[in-house]
Amino acid sequence: MESAGVRKLRVVVAKPGLDGHDRGAKIIARALRDAGMEVIYTGLHQTPEQIVETVIQEDADAVGLSILSGAHMTLVPRIVDLLREQGVDDVLVTVGGTIPGHDIPELKRVGVAAVFTPGAPLCDIIDFLLENVGERTPA
Amino acid sequence: MMHPVTAPSTFEDWQAAYGLSAERSEPFKTLSGEPVKALYTEADLPASAAIGLPGVYPFTRGVYPSMYRGRLWTVRQFAGFGTAEETNERFHYLLAHGQQGLSTAFDMPSLMGHDSDHALSLGEVGREGVAIDTLDDMQTLFEGIDVGEVSVSMTINAPAAIMLAFYVVAAERQGIAPDRLSGTIQADILKEYIAQKEWCFPVDPAMRLLGDMVEWCSTDMPRWHPVSISGYHIREAGATAAQELAFTLKDGLTYVEEAIERGLDVDDFAPRLSFFFNAQIDFFEEIAKYRAARRIWARELRETFGACNPKSWLMRFHTQTAGVSLTAQQPLNNITRTAIEALAGVLGGTQSLHTNSYDEALALPTEEAVQIAMRTQQVIAHETGVTNTIDPLGGSYFVEALTDRLEELAYDYFRRIDELGGMVEAVKQNFPQREIADASYELQTEIDAGERVVVGVNRFQSHGDADIQTLRIDPALERKQLDRLQGVRARRDAVAVEAALADLRAAAAHPRTNLMPALLQCARAHASEGEIIVALQDIWGRYLETPVY
Repeated sequence: MESAGVRKLRVVVAKPGLDGHDRGAKIIARALRDAGMEVIYTGLHQTPEQIVETVIQEDADAVGLSILSGAHMTLVPRIVDLLREQGVDDVLVTVGGTIPGHDIPELKRVGVAAVFTPGAPLCDIIDFLLENVGERTPA
Repeated sequence: MMHPVTAPSTFEDWQAAYGLSAERSEPFKTLSGEPVKALYTEADLPASAAIGLPGVYPFTRGVYPSMYRGRLWTVRQFAGFGTAEETNERFHYLLAHGQQGLSTAFDMPSLMGHDSDHALSLGEVGREGVAIDTLDDMQTLFEGIDVGEVSVSMTINAPAAIMLAFYVVAAERQGIAPDRLSGTIQADILKEYIAQKEWCFPVDPAMRLLGDMVEWCSTDMPRWHPVSISGYHIREAGATAAQELAFTLKDGLTYVEEAIERGLDVDDFAPRLSFFFNAQIDFFEEIAKYRAARRIWARELRETFGACNPKSWLMRFHTQTAGVSLTAQQPLNNITRTAIEALAGVLGGTQSLHTNSYDEALALPTEEAVQIAMRTQQVIAHETGVTNTIDPLGGSYFVEALTDRLEELAYDYFRRIDELGGMVEAVKQNFPQREIADASYELQTEIDAGERVVVGVNRFQSHGDADIQTLRIDPALERKQLDRLQGVRARRDAVAVEAALADLRAAAAHPRTNLMPALLQCARAHASEGEIIVALQDIWGRYLETPVY
């Protein structure tokens, strides 16, 4: 068993939905890796089921969902629900992409910890993960 | 002897004076990282033959002798959302407001070859563009629009041949033969694997499908542009200007090679090839990029491929302002960014232009935002006076030097790609993908470090940005589209659909059979896009990406 502080943060960067806009997801994946985290990037066109399976298999601490297709209000609640159904309640869920302001409160209500819109600095995302996943007890 | 009291008169005097003056600490380089000198002079100009005259080889100054003195560029705003009915309404609105050509944005399921009722389509139907499942949707999309008169652009790639078949049959039902149709279908499949990532098949069969369509268009649709070789998405994915230029042109040259290998005469199809570039915010770099692109294309077509028809040498292109340059913060600033980018496209000699709307970092644009974007083009066209003379920046020391530099960088990439065995091989080996990922990461790192200023994002921020009104796509539209599709499935002759799909599979299994006739038959039988794609995947398989980052 690893002790707190030694285990690297494990983050799944996921691309649900059909859009191929992977620039942001790939930049985030690389930045998190450069910040010392273990990053698993799912690649494109993932179903909610595939993403949840990856989160569980990889024993992730957090999952970042990148969506630029406008399907976030359908896909994000579904992923959060599936995680709960699988008994996963300690994985931090964040969303990034073209998300209109009026959708953010609803995403937070269903359990998204943070929403990062275009222009969000990488350091803010890294800091957010470090601060909010830090309290998790390692398995 | 007295020294003159006037300002420095030679380059050396200026250099000495400059050396004594203060210089801002910012790095002086283009958006793509090219160093920029303090001053450009006559010594930076290339041999005058490379600058030349408009309408004259190598076309650095424009493809036509009269350029905008003769005819302004075409305002071509990309539009589409919801079902074919909603988009048909938007098309009528745009035509009524002075737009000359139509440009169709498809939704993600249509772009990926999935029907609206496919599991992966959930939540995506009609979101990013219009949902087109069958011939019926295509007919509705152009209802009340004379497709024999208006030029139509369709931004779709992997399933392009299928959408073209739908369009040709929709026109047929309006009584219009394919040889009367003018417009463009993007169909640039290589850049899908490189940047936009909308694919249906592995690279080789995808190249065959494109080749079949280009070949069919060369005989049956002489007014149609069967491929729009696109740098836009390559740039949006994070490429530099030089990468956009090099990868796009190399894709285009590869299509030319493939068509020649099929036995087509270069002059039979090259005049119908067109291009699509990005207009980013680094004003002069963009202008230089378009000028270099024209020159390289003309040279390669004439010298390498031996094209004799001067029309084959012309690189005509559409431009769209950079979506990635738009910020969610202080969104009204995007109007300014778009205006400057559009001006670069115009001074670069574009043939048509799409200006982004200020709210697009947040959502699909509202009608009001689209109108401002169109008005931006009209202000440039009719108020600024930049259209009064041809290529007003021609001969600028800086622009000409930068044009040469971009050309040189493009040829460096051509050589590296050739060493990998050509563009198809390079794409399979992820070479352009990796170059782009590196460039985009580097740029983001500079923005994060504050070395590159993005107004309202990392400098001049304001708190409590006004929450602007964005377009909401009614979720009921997805249901409406599913009903439309179910209606078609119920009405059509199922036996005819199966027969058409069986013929298609048989044709796909024979590499030398042109697939267009079989696709037209599928369209006439009301086979859906997804059914056609699956039939082809039965023979060809799918594509699986190994992501690089």
